[in-house]
Amino acid sequence: MAAVQGGLVDASEEKDIKTEPSSDGCGNNDTNDARPLSTSPGSNAPGGNAKTSSGSTEEQQTLLAVLQFLKKNNLTESVEILRREAGLPEDSLDLKGSDSSGASSGGSAGGVDGVGVDASALLSRVTVSSSAGVQAPMKTSGEDQPDVNVVLSAYSQQGDPALYETYYSGLKRFIETVLDCHRAELSQVFYPLFVHMYLELVYNNHENEAKSFFEKFSGDQECYYEEDLRVLSSLTKKEHMRGNETLLDFRTSKFVLRISRDSYQLLKRHLQERQNNQIWNIIQEHLYIDIFDGMPRSKSQIDAMSGSLAGEAKRDANKSKVYYGLLKEPEIELPLDDEDEEAENEEGKPKKKKPKKDSMGSKSKKQDPNAPSQTRIPLPELKDSDKLDKIMYMKEATKRIRLGPETLPSICFYSFLNAYQGLTAVDLTDDSSLIAGGFADSTVRVWCVTPKKLRKVKSAADLNLIDKESDDVLERIMDEKTASESKILYGHSGPVYGISFSPDRNYLLSSSEDGTVRLWSLQTFTCLVGYKGHNYPVWDTQFSPHGYYFVSGGHDRVARLWATDHYQPLRMFAGHLADITCTRFHPNSNYVATGSSDRTIRLWDVLTGNCVRIFTGHKGPIHALAFSPNGKFLASGATDGRVLLWDIGHGLMIGELKGHTDTIYALRFSRDGEILASGSMDNTVRLWDSMKAFDDLETDDFTAATGHIHLQDNSQELLLGTYMSKSTPVIHLHFTRRNLLLAAGAYNP
Amino acid sequence: MADREERRFAEVSRDSVKLMAESTGVELGDDLAALLAEDVCYRLREATQSSSQFMRHAKRRKLTVEDFNRALRWSNVEAICGYGAQDALPFRSVKEGELFFIEDRDINLVELALATNIPKGCAETMVRVNVSYLDGKGNLEPQGTVPTAVQSLSDDLLKYYQQITRAILGEDPHLMKVALLDLQSNSKIAALLPYFVYVISGVKSVSHDLEQLNRLLHMVKSLVQNPYLYLGSYVRSLVSSVMYCILEPLAASINPLNDHWTLRDYAALLLSHIFWTHGDLVSGLYHQILLSLQKVLSDPVRPLCSHYGAVVGLHALGWKAVERVLFPHLPAYWANLQAVLDDYSVSNAQVKADGHKVYGAILVAVERLLKMKALSLSQPTEGGSKWTPVPLPAMYCELYSFFGDSLAVRFSTGPGFGSYPPCTPSQLSDARKDPPGPTSNSETTRKMPQLTANLNISPRQDGIPRSRSSSSRSGQRSTGLSRDVFPKARFTSSQSGPPVFSFLIGGRQMGRHCQGRRPFQTTFAPTPPLSAIPPRAYAHKLPVIGRVGKPVRRWAYSHYSLHLPL
Repeated sequence: MAAVQGGLVDASEEKDIKTEPSSDGCGNNDTNDARPLSTSPGSNAPGGNAKTSSGSTEEQQTLLAVLQFLKKNNLTESVEILRREAGLPEDSLDLKGSDSSGASSGGSAGGVDGVGVDASALLSRVTVSSSAGVQAPMKTSGEDQPDVNVVLSAYSQQGDPALYETYYSGLKRFIETVLDCHRAELSQVFYPLFVHMYLELVYNNHENEAKSFFEKFSGDQECYYEEDLRVLSSLTKKEHMRGNETLLDFRTSKFVLRISRDSYQLLKRHLQERQNNQIWNIIQEHLYIDIFDGMPRSKSQIDAMSGSLAGEAKRDANKSKVYYGLLKEPEIELPLDDEDEEAENEEGKPKKKKPKKDSMGSKSKKQDPNAPSQTRIPLPELKDSDKLDKIMYMKEATKRIRLGPETLPSICFYSFLNAYQGLTAVDLTDDSSLIAGGFADSTVRVWCVTPKKLRKVKSAADLNLIDKESDDVLERIMDEKTASESKILYGHSGPVYGISFSPDRNYLLSSSEDGTVRLWSLQTFTCLVGYKGHNYPVWDTQFSPHGYYFVSGGHDRVARLWATDHYQPLRMFAGHLADITCTRFHPNSNYVATGSSDRTIRLWDVLTGNCVRIFTGHKGPIHALAFSPNGKFLASGATDGRVLLWDIGHGLMIGELKGHTDTIYALRFSRDGEILASGSMDNTVRLWDSMKAFDDLETDDFTAATGHIHLQDNSQELLLGTYMSKSTPVIHLHFTRRNLLLAAGAYNP
Repeated sequence: MADREERRFAEVSRDSVKLMAESTGVELGDDLAALLAEDVCYRLREATQSSSQFMRHAKRRKLTVEDFNRALRWSNVEAICGYGAQDALPFRSVKEGELFFIEDRDINLVELALATNIPKGCAETMVRVNVSYLDGKGNLEPQGTVPTAVQSLSDDLLKYYQQITRAILGEDPHLMKVALLDLQSNSKIAALLPYFVYVISGVKSVSHDLEQLNRLLHMVKSLVQNPYLYLGSYVRSLVSSVMYCILEPLAASINPLNDHWTLRDYAALLLSHIFWTHGDLVSGLYHQILLSLQKVLSDPVRPLCSHYGAVVGLHALGWKAVERVLFPHLPAYWANLQAVLDDYSVSNAQVKADGHKVYGAILVAVERLLKMKALSLSQPTEGGSKWTPVPLPAMYCELYSFFGDSLAVRFSTGPGFGSYPPCTPSQLSDARKDPPGPTSNSETTRKMPQLTANLNISPRQDGIPRSRSSSSRSGQRSTGLSRDVFPKARFTSSQSGPPVFSFLIGGRQMGRHCQGRRPFQTTFAPTPPLSAIPPRAYAHKLPVIGRVGKPVRRWAYSHYSLHLPL
């Protein structure tokens, strides 16, 4: 089932985003707080399909195409049922069917904003998903790749293989001679065109032509596609095309280009004059050209946004509203603690009151217009212990150091020693009292970094004996004999790639290569639940900042939203074209960000399951994400050693921080968001002036119709410091509640 | 497929596929093998690409066998067992069949299961915190590594550690021996390694006490020889301690009565031992060592004992190190050394004695250089002539200009001589039948008279300890002869004596490098820079000093200079 959903999302993104919010199963959440977010989005897919009859003509077209397909395959009963359910008249099929099959392939991309959908292309797209559904009607398999034959058949169209080079170099010559302002834009066409032409040659068994085509033109491509080109170059046989994931990505998704209207007209005119149908067909079949009015973009503007596996994000992919504001903090009275006051010296007193009013007071009174409603998604109620923790948090917050370019944080480094088995993941609790490490030998280890030892709860028999009425019952249930500095959690059967503490410090999540996510109790130090569903390595997992929910993402390219008390996912976020490498919750728990090997970042709405933002611009797999504490911005780090900053509300890239020389594995904003810390394989922690990065923005740019902003290269100004570790790669960063920076990594001599 | 125009990837050849098929008893046609080979290559590349993401997520830079196996497993291919070990696999070849294979030893499982020497006490994984930067301030230089001693020890281990260190650094020589022996063979002390390394790094604080330094070096030796210890990056620390003993002007060397020379020799020997057995553990170690030795050598402010250390250190690292660092530096260094040796004032006596030490060390080093170079040239299979910035004869000539006859004397007497491969008769006759033409003859006589003259004088005048050479002459007739002959052979046109090895080498050299056969003597013409300084200036003044005059202690020393594992 997921495949159907995935296929649809892949193939017709623009449509899904518009239609899905009306899907069922999500509206009833408000009525019942105790219930988690209803059913998985996978299950509402058929419902969505049936409903679409009332949708746009586009939807109807899809439906017709499905009908046509079914009819062609003599599935008459299914045709009947579908038609009845959709409420279509009997003759509509024949009428529209002939219409759509006869539709010329000319007008599709020519339409404004390229939303016109070619009927035959649509048919092939729909057959992709529906045939996958037919083949694997069982819901058990988490994901299934679209039928390869159908996907590949798109390449069966043949031109004269000998002419491919002529076509390509003809276009190349044309683009090289156009005006400078158009050249950069039109050059974007090269890469996807190159790839598809090459694949066509390979598919039609012209191995030698393909090779020489590759030799001749692969050098022209942008350097950031090098990785993909390497994959491509090893592919010289039709047989190898089956099962090659990169290839499937190219086919199942259209490569998105953004080109100004003028440049596009130039290209179109050229191709029509030359009768260059081969290239024109590819552009229509495999490329999605997003046309905008206005000035053509410059080379640097294009370079900043391109680099992902499937081109840039469409403009309307980032149009929907995102409630990035924070939720209102619950009102908790802060008891004045006398003994604490005494501990503070006289000077501390007046200071203490002030920031409290600033930070807490204003926030709780005014509702942020950009914040989601408090009940947009059901959140667990605060327990007494949570309230106590909140009070602790506030107390600590009053002692927080305000950071800035003048007052940089102190840095402590947690070195994992003798971790010969390989440290793969680290997490710290919010109050910095526990640290956990995931290891390549399948273990999870938890350490207490305060003098307090870790203790297990007594066994059931012993618990019967204790006096349950006593005041210190919480103390009595702990087994003093088990006190130790660290505990090892056994259960996984593969390296543990992601771990996350629950906000209340009672649970720990771990995701592993064995395809499961496990929930561990930090009271008993045992495994409570194993969440199965991914079936492939799970690269990352994270608890929601409000607890209860968590997100996981892995090799199967689907991110899943879970609730701890449900063994099946509540949401499945499908759309990435390659592994999901990291997952993060928005501070208001309403959104989830995922970074992927397809070099894009997506933001998903937890309520609807929709993808609301697609950020492109990274040139390598993304391995670190961090939301700013105010929820407005997102920072991402990738293997290319760059940190990119994004404005979530406007859906735009707003900064690029260059400096690291190796993969960035850790990103974290300081508690007040003034400083961004990044940690990398290059054994350094770098601090960036995020305040300045955000303040320098000219917000007018955002409102401009084109939405292209000009990034200035000011990494050096924003870099506040580079701090070397002791030959230890930095794989986790954490700001304590008082803004002390903690870094962690394994020292491996 | 084999004759592909360009090789973008590592490829499995058609022949390999055929061989593999044969080994399982299948006969494959050429076409089929080619197809299979190509498919195998593709699958391999695919698996490699997908294995890299396991590496990335494990936050490593090094792709392991484990990563590859995971990739295989997820693509439903059986994993490959047996290659999980961390060590590099030795890749061997059989020359006859042009076969390459990985050595796969049989392991006696019973023995392994019942073995008592399985290392224990491996360190526990733990977290340690340290404040790195206070308020964003701190040392912004590279931070080195995490401090070494990192594990809490069991009581037994702690006791063992105390006993051992006490025994080694204590008074009782017998106890020390026992302790060192145990350190050499104990399989359960892995956890103590950082501690011992730390103790050894204490050399810097006992530089006044030769005895302690010596003991610490012995400790290094024991640790290095212990087969159950994986030194890892501790090699670096050990090397730096040993280098300290080699290079630093130790406090103990202020008193001329202290024999710190022996300590340096021993440390150098140890260095070479560490390097040859554990050098692969730390990348770039060799070059680092070379660099620091070179730095000391080219620093004229350093005392002579440091220079001595640098020379013996280079010598210990093998003749290639000598050739690369010492040889090019020699002309510059020589001037300084000469100045020291020329100063006959009383106040300079001590320094002069030190200078003679250095001289002796250099002599030993270059001697070996010449010998090994000659050897490597005579073995064409090794491809030794690939890197020869200075041809052997020129090198000899240059060195001769420094050392004069003392070089020749030592040259022919060393035990290393025996290992020189016997020349084929044809070569011999070749060389002998090849009388230098009249032109070349006149050329040599024109250019070399000074050399000849001082040759005749120097041995007698400066009193080279002949007793030694004469005794060896009676023992080894042929070598004795060659010694006599060698210097002369270079100046007289034809020789009736038995073959002289350097002569032959020269001939071979010519044969390879020059068109036609020219008499080898011509190459002995002094190289231009040297002709400026008349060779006589050095040769007659410098007697053979250094170690020859004062035979050093006991074991390998006597032939240490000539016999190093290479």
